[in-house]
Amino acid sequence: MLSETSRLLLTERLKNYPPDRKASAVIYACYLAQEDNPDHYISQQDVRDIADLLDMDATEVQGVIGFYSLLYEQPMGKYVIHYCNDLPCTLRGADQFLHVLEHKLGISHGETTPDGLFTLEEAMCLGACHRAPCMQINLEFQEFLTDDKVDRIIDMLRAGEPLRANMADAVQLLPQSPLA
Amino acid sequence: MAEHILLHHRDIPGLDQMDVYEKDGGWATYKRAVTEMTPQAVVDVVKAAGLRGRGGAGFPTGVKWGFLPKDVFPRYMVVNADESEPGTFKDREIMEGNPHLFLEGTAISTYAIQSNVAYIYIRGEYLSTARILQQAIDEAYAKGYLGKNLFGTQYSLDMYIHLGAGAYICGEETALLNSLEGLRGQPRLKPPFPAAVGLYSKPTIINNVETLANVRPIVERGAEWYKTLGTEKSPGVKIFCLSGNIKRPGNYELPLGTPIRYLIEELGGGTYDGTAVKAILPAGASAPMIPASAMDTRMDYEAMVTAGSTLGSASFIILGEHDSVPAAALKMVRFFKHESCGKCTPCREGTYWAQKVLERINDGTGVVPDVELVETIANQIAGKCFCPLGEFATSPMIYTIKHFRSEFEAQVQGSRPRRNWREAVPQRLEPTLAMREL
Ligand SMILES: Cc1cc2nc3c(=O)[nH]c(=O)nc-3n(C[C@H](O)[C@H](O)[C@H](O)COP(=O)(O)O)c2cc1C
Ligand code: SF4
Ligand code: FES
Repeated sequence: MLSETSRLLLTERLKNYPPDRKASAVIYACYLAQEDNPDHYISQQDVRDIADLLDMDATEVQGVIGFYSLLYEQPMGKYVIHYCNDLPCTLRGADQFLHVLEHKLGISHGETTPDGLFTLEEAMCLGACHRAPCMQINLEFQEFLTDDKVDRIIDMLRAGEPLRANMADAVQLLPQSPLA
Repeated sequence: MAEHILLHHRDIPGLDQMDVYEKDGGWATYKRAVTEMTPQAVVDVVKAAGLRGRGGAGFPTGVKWGFLPKDVFPRYMVVNADESEPGTFKDREIMEGNPHLFLEGTAISTYAIQSNVAYIYIRGEYLSTARILQQAIDEAYAKGYLGKNLFGTQYSLDMYIHLGAGAYICGEETALLNSLEGLRGQPRLKPPFPAAVGLYSKPTIINNVETLANVRPIVERGAEWYKTLGTEKSPGVKIFCLSGNIKRPGNYELPLGTPIRYLIEELGGGTYDGTAVKAILPAGASAPMIPASAMDTRMDYEAMVTAGSTLGSASFIILGEHDSVPAAALKMVRFFKHESCGKCTPCREGTYWAQKVLERINDGTGVVPDVELVETIANQIAGKCFCPLGEFATSPMIYTIKHFRSEFEAQVQGSRPRRNWREAVPQRLEPTLAMREL
């Protein structure tokens, strides 16, 4: 169910588009639904709500959700980690570093920790290749990752501290060529 | 280069703040355009400056603006801030570091095409960037640069940010329009081109962030000044994104026509592991790989084609002597397989199969004919796709092998030490280089 606040935000957002073009706000509505849901996904009820609010068919909304990688149809962890191991980051050690992260979280990519706190996903280029290795946690950039930095970030979130962008100090890595 | 034009925030601290930007002459060019220039006069300056689109295709911006059908209104300006090509992070730095330059350029351009609404379509992953932009937009409204009847004229302008949700294909302009309309982000058939039938079926101009960031300097200082930078056919400056095996990765603003060698050796400091450069990807994963022997090529739209590639978004990914080309090819094909929108079979299935074969080649379970198989798959995709993404996907299949066939063959034959780099032991990496910029 979309919260009251979300409905107000959505009504406000609809002013950005022509009155007969409510569907333009569908991605935004999906983000809102996802944030309202403690399990971070868009439920079937949400799909019907969004369809009603935006004068769309439920199947159209479903189609949109299935299309975009940041919209989720299944329950996700409280913190969704998108870890980049696309080519430029890989050339700076991202594939090896993925294991550091997996080890720290105790899961493989594509999985959620048993406590429901973290979901780890591989991501395509995030636009931070010059600060590799990098990831986003709930879309906040965490760049220039090191073993220490990952330790600190994950520990801080486990301890219930609020999420911020680039949660630990920035240091840049100079790895041995990882593709060698 | 003395002073940055687009990355001017590196010269002036706090330029992302409205007051600092205004003190630097900011928003004045826009005010002058709206109060003293006709829209056509603005179009003429941009056309005369020879500015070419920085989103990849390099199409002359002023010429594109001229394609709008006369007397059909409303029209829309749509900014392409979807920046998702692997190795590209220039629009992000402009929007975060110098947001007002970008917004002022967008405002001038929207006025020039006689539109009252600009949508900025920004990739979902740039949420924090979008926040910075929204704050700058709010300030521009508060200062009376956006809104109704601006500077006492009839002209009104609204700017809205529209967040995407993770799909590279939405950077393709017609897919972007579908996404903006609330549909799945799949490309539309062209023609009609967006200039005639675009957003909400109205005439629409779609421009890249960096393209629009050039507009204030051009209108402020004139076409003649702009043409003193760059080459005759590729005038002006460009931001080059440098990543991969390089000592100092980052964005570098340079005149078009600068040799690749200068970017890699002088600015980038060469590879970080001290090996010789082996291969260069000049436009992310989408354009043909070129060998290091092309290092003296000038980075402009024409010369890069002569060298067998394209300038595209100018995202230079560097591979050193020890970096595996087959492994890089797999990464790039994996990207396109992930990002194929699924509309046409050759692209959807072809990228799937090519990834499978490249995985075999890389993990040592392949056979020599697999190398040719990758090329065959590429040839079956080429020319049979609905949009350029399918074509892009063939680049990492064809040109990696074209230039480094023996490396692929050595990889399958096992004469190259096989290292499953997905499972390589994590090593403790030493933090060394200090952060350079931003
Ligand atoms: C698959 C694909 C992805 C693209 N991604 C982007 C992008 O992220 N940003 C961008 O500005 N242009 C991108 N383009 C190019 C746009 O379609 C379009 O040409 C460009 O936005 C026009 O702006 P310009 O003339 O200012 O360059 C992409 C094209 C294709 C085919
Ligand atoms: S070529 Fe690929 S991305 Fe383009 S329309 Fe076809 S399936 Fe979609
Ligand atoms: S490849 Fe990782 S952010 Fe670009």
